[in-house]
Order: sequence, then C-alpha cells, then structure tokens
Amino acid sequence: MDSAVLIHRLHFAFTVTFHYLFPQLTMGLAPLIVALKTIGLWKNDERYHKAARFWAKIFGISFVFGVVTGIPMEFQFGTNWSHFSRYAGGVIGQTLAMEGTFAFFLESAFLGLFLFGEKRMSQIAHWWTGFAVFFGSWLSGYFIVATDAWMQHPVAYNLAADGKSVSLSSFWGLILNPWAMWQYAHNMAGAAVTGAFVMAALGAYYILSGKHVDQGRIAVQVGVIGGILASLLVIGPTGDGQGRNLAEYQPATLAAMEAHFDTKSADLVLLGQPNVETKSIDNPLVVPHALSFLITRDWSSQVRGLSSFPESEWPTNISLLYYSYHIMVGLGTIFMLVMLISGIQLWRKKLHETKWLLWILMLSFPLPYVANIAGWMTAEIGRQPYLIYGILRTVDGFSKSVSAANAWFTLLGFMGMYTLLAILFLFLVQREISHGPEYVEDALPAPVKGGAAAAGRN
Amino acid sequence: MGFTGFLWFAIISVMLTVYVILDGFDLGVGALHLFLGRTDDERRKIIKSIGPVWDGNEVWLLATGGVLYFVFPQLYASSFSGFYLPLMMVLWLLMLRAIGLEFRTHINDGIWASFFDSIFSIGSLLLAVFYGAALGNVVRGLPLGPDHYFFLPLWTNWTVGSHPGVLDWYTVLSGVVALVALCMHGANYLVCKVDGELNERARKTSLVLTPILLVLTLLSLVATLAIHPNITANYNALKIGYVIPVLVFASLVAVIVFQKARKEVLAFVSGGLYLAFMLVGAVYSLYPVILPGIDPQYSLTIQDSITSAYALQVGLRWWIVGIVIALGYFVFLYRMFRGKIVLDNHGGYGD
Repeated sequence: MDSAVLIHRLHFAFTVTFHYLFPQLTMGLAPLIVALKTIGLWKNDERYHKAARFWAKIFGISFVFGVVTGIPMEFQFGTNWSHFSRYAGGVIGQTLAMEGTFAFFLESAFLGLFLFGEKRMSQIAHWWTGFAVFFGSWLSGYFIVATDAWMQHPVAYNLAADGKSVSLSSFWGLILNPWAMWQYAHNMAGAAVTGAFVMAALGAYYILSGKHVDQGRIAVQVGVIGGILASLLVIGPTGDGQGRNLAEYQPATLAAMEAHFDTKSADLVLLGQPNVETKSIDNPLVVPHALSFLITRDWSSQVRGLSSFPESEWPTNISLLYYSYHIMVGLGTIFMLVMLISGIQLWRKKLHETKWLLWILMLSFPLPYVANIAGWMTAEIGRQPYLIYGILRTVDGFSKSVSAANAWFTLLGFMGMYTLLAILFLFLVQREISHGPEYVEDALPAPVKGGAAAAGRN
Repeated sequence: MGFTGFLWFAIISVMLTVYVILDGFDLGVGALHLFLGRTDDERRKIIKSIGPVWDGNEVWLLATGGVLYFVFPQLYASSFSGFYLPLMMVLWLLMLRAIGLEFRTHINDGIWASFFDSIFSIGSLLLAVFYGAALGNVVRGLPLGPDHYFFLPLWTNWTVGSHPGVLDWYTVLSGVVALVALCMHGANYLVCKVDGELNERARKTSLVLTPILLVLTLLSLVATLAIHPNITANYNALKIGYVIPVLVFASLVAVIVFQKARKEVLAFVSGGLYLAFMLVGAVYSLYPVILPGIDPQYSLTIQDSITSAYALQVGLRWWIVGIVIALGYFVFLYRMFRGKIVLDNHGGYGD
C-alpha cells in the first residue's frame, strides 16, 4: 500500500468521486428546472414557477459544493500528476482553460441572477437566466468530457521530437473527438437520470408524507417524464454508441469489462464472477451471442477475447472493472423499468395513489449516483494501464517528486475535509427539504438581497 | 518564443493581477472581519459586502490556472508538484473559508455564528499569508533540478540558502507584507461599501495600515536586494523599469491622501494599483524567467516551458471571445450590486 503511484491514484479517485456527486445533480436538474420554468410560462401557472424556484435552491447548494470540490481537481493535474501535465498539458490544457473561461464565468454570473433576480426582471428574462445556467453547466460538462475523451482516445496531437511531450495539431480535432461525442451524450443522459430520480424521490416523499402534496405531484410528474427520457437515452443510442467506441478503440477494455477471455462469438454476461486464473466466469447467467450482436449487429460475429492481447495491455484491475460495468448496466436496466412503470401509472392518472411505487421512487434516488460513479470507474479503470490510452502509461504520469508519504498526508486531509463538507451538504439540503417549496415564496429575497455570483451559497 | 508567446505571458500576468486585486479585497475583508465587526449586525454587513462577488472573484483563480496549464505545461507541472504541500493547504483553506461563509449566512445563532465567523476570518488571513509567501518563494528562487522539478518542505532552517523551505525569514516577510496589503485593500473596499460607524472604523484601519505597509514594502525591497543583488539586472538594462517602484510607493501615498480626503473609490483604486505595481515589479525583474532556480542554469524560462505556436494562436482566438464575455458579466455584476450595503430585517442575505 505504499507504492507512490497507487496513492496518487487513490488521491485522484477519492477526490473526483466525491466531486462528481455534485455536478451530476446540477447537470441533471438544470434541464428539469428549465422545463418547470417553461411550463410555468406556457400555462401561466404560478405553481410551476414556485417549483422552479425551489429546485433552483437545491441546485444552488449542489453547485457550490461542485465548485468547492472542483478546484482541487484542476490543481491535482499539476500537483499529483506533473509528468502527465508536462506531457499532455499542451493539448488538454486547452479544454480545461476553455472550461474556466467560458463555462465557469457564465455559470457563476447567471446562477445568482436566476436565484435572486426574479423580481427584478420579466419572467421571459428570468427564463433566459435559467437557460444560461443550464447551458453553462452542460458546456462545462463538455469540456471535461472532451478532456477525458482525449485521454481515452488521443487525437489531434503531434509527439515532440524528444518524445517527452505532445502538442496540439488540430483544435477542432480535439473538440470534435469522436470518442467525446458518445461519451458526452452518455454521461449527460446519466446525469439527467440522477436529476430525474432526485426530483421524483422528493416529490414522492412530499406526497407520501402529506406535506406540500401539490408541489410533490409536480415534482413526481416532471421527474418521471424526465426520467423516462433519460433512462432510455442512457441505454440507447448513447450507451450502445459508447460500447461500439470501446469495441473499435479499446477492444482489450471491452473484453475485460465483459470478462470475455477467448476470441469467439460473445455472450452477454448478466451475472457471475470473473475468474482471471481459469479465464472463465463462475456462476454465469448469460444471454448467448448477445454481445456479438450488440457490437456488430451480427449474432455469430467473432469478438476478440482478452487472451488475444498481451497481458501488458490488460486493464490492471479486471474484477473491479467487470463489477463497475455490470453494476452500471444492471442499475440502468432497473432505472428504465421503474420509470416506465411509473410512466404508465402516470398516464393512467393513478401514480399519485400507487403507494408502493411512490415508495420505490422515494427510496431509489441513491442508485443513480451509484450507477454514475460506477460508469466513470468503468471508463477510468478500463483505460488502465494507460493514463493516455496507447501513449502514456499511468506509472509514467505521476509526480515523482511527491513521495507516497506526502500523498498520504494530503489524501487523509481531504478525507477529513470532505467529511465536513458532506455533513454541511446534508444539513443544508435537509433544511431546504423541511422548509419545502412553499417556504421559498415567503422568503424570496427582496430586491438587492443576495447576489449574482453569490450563486449557490444558499 | 515569438510575439504570441510574449502576448500569452502578458495575458497570464494580467489575469493573475486581476485575481489578486479582486479576490484580494474579499480576503482582506475576511481577515479584518473579526476585528472590524463588533456586533452581529456589523458582521452580517461585512459578509454581505462581499457576498455577491467573492466566488466570481475566485473563478479568476481557476481561469488563470487553466490558461497557465495550457500555455506553460512545464511551469504548471514543476510549480504545482514542487509547491505540493502549501498548495494543498491553500485548497483546504479555500474550502474552510467557504464553509465558514456558508454556515455564517445560514445560522444566526449565538456561539455558532461567532465560531463560523472565526473560521471564515482565520481562513482568509492564512490565505493572504500563504499567497504572499508563495510570491516570496518565486522571487527568492527554488531548488530546481536539471529536470526542472523540485520539492519544497514547509520549512527547513528558516534561512535563505541552498536548501530552503516554503517558509524562511524572507518568505515570511513576504507573507506579512501580503497580509497587511490585503487588509488595507479590504478596508478600502469596506469604506466604499458600508456607512456609519463601520465605515469610519474601516477608514481609520486603512489609515493605520497603509503607513505600516509603506514601511514593510520598503523593508521587503531592501531584503530582496540583499538576498538577490543582481535582481536589478532588468531594471538596469531597461531603465524605464525604475518607474515601477516609484509607482508602488506613490500609490500607497495616494491611498492615504484619498482616505483623508474621503475619496473612497479613489482610495480603493489606488490600493488596487499598489498590488498591481508590486506584481509588475516582480515580473519585470524576473523576465524572461518564469520560475527562477537557486542555481540559475536550471531556471525555467518562457522559452523552456511554452507550448506549440499553433496551440497559442488557436487559443488566442477563443480566449479573446471568452474574456470579453466574462468581463461583460463582471461589469454587470458589480453595477448591479454597487452602492452601500443595507441590512434587511430578515438577517443574512439571499436566504
């Protein structure tokens, strides 16, 4: 446990996992808030404006935590992964700098206007500030995914003569990386699932507990309709597209995700434990030939097995990769089922009376978080043993000048700090939930209160 | 390196200066918070004065970091890994400070309010010291190796030698200068944003701190010349540079004159100019070095660190668009929240 590279990896894994709890909610809620705002304008119905205001407050809390935990991510490229930064900064620095310049300024300015400026502007203008926040958060997501996509599938670069760094050769090549397209769509659909489930869960809680029932119904309705769309989109075409990206550009990763060892027509494994020693699956439950079909649309096509790759190219943690991937896919299937059943009940106008289903909606909101994190684990563990796929290995990327002991020191520090942050977050959200959507109306700040960039602070 | 390279060097210097001036005043306000705010109402006023703007100010740090990363990958890699420990502490302080502010605005309850006031204030104070010490480290020089990497312990023997720590007598002096400078800057800001007794107290604080800062600045100038006799090389080569230290002291005198004349905004602007000229002076003496080594042959120059010409040119196009838009937000934001702070009955802001 004292290998420096391992601690640096844990350091990043821990901080990025904690960080991504927040942006997935903000990115997921943003389009739903715009939807609420739109319905409010369309029907000229104050209840929807009220709902938008309430959800904007939850959004705002999550946003500030996303910012606070996001700053260390940018820093860590330099502090813990300095060789990687020196090697690739000329390329991926581009997308990271664009995120700061375009997305962060936009978000921090407009969120404050959206949260505190409603009484100072027309409803149409207020709708636009909400849209700007949505646009900013999704733009931010694109730059980050484009950065990761370049590490998954490096394009548009030249290797320096001394082999010690790469430089950008095509700006649009980097921005329009084919990997980034599917990854972004898939990731945003995943975030939308989180937003939809959280909204539906809180709505279900309000209905079941008999508090703010009217607002609870709106939340369940919008959450379920958003959830149907998102949970379908996350599977196809985005998840499917991402899978075919893997088949094309990272076949060893795909084989390891599915624990597909021998080159042959591939089954789709539903359950079972991969056994790397015997190169087989223990306790398998499979759909025969389904993986072949998914990749090539041909049931009998050959899929390259892991054994056909040199072991030096194998992902370093096959079991965890396999489980992350299967957890993501399994939960994704459950999301679709829950949302479709809820959708049917909603269409029959019976959802608000179907208590068992409301209970399921209320209790399942943590699962999309698990699925989103598992999805990112699949991407990042699957990229191993490379930091930049095919060109820079992880063991060559970390800061050799920072010892394992120093990395441990700051990792433990972050664990302590993030425990505090987690308590604070739960406290603030719980406070909003117990106040409920009606409270927002009374406490809506008078003009000049609060502030634009004050944004999430509330 | 060419003109584009120089332009990017200038852009990053300007962005960093904007960050120091903007986040500088809210750090200064934070550091003075406990001392200036005597009652709960006063403390809420102080927090409200920076409430709408402080995190927008902090975005400049992120944006500058991002640009630095893509223009000077080697500099980013060397300095961030070398300053590993202090940077991580800066991150924790930024978080603690945000936690303090967050809780303070939500909990108006006796002992907890003062507890979070303290967290916010001490976090701000330490950040000011850390930033000053960081600049001091760069001016003093770093133990760069042939591979351009280094690692600094927090302290060694507190002397400026071949084996320095982040903290030695020189960088501690820089930290103190930065603390007093940002406190002055914060006090000047408060004078503009509050009225009544608090306004008067902030004005007096500025009038006490500015002369102290004048002496400290002179002291740090002497100290810099003592540890770095040849730091004037660029000034001697291009003598117009000597106007910079003159402007540094002139802007401090201007702060005093304007504060006495109750020209609040002009005093604040003069304080901002002081910070800008201090940074310009440091950059002028180092150029074209961007990370000086204690052994000068390992110093990192613009040329050693800069990325490809193509990336710089394409970056310039989107950067100009992006920064014009961002400046638009800031002008709008500061206009919207201009004028003196008025507390409402509910307490807190934006709750």
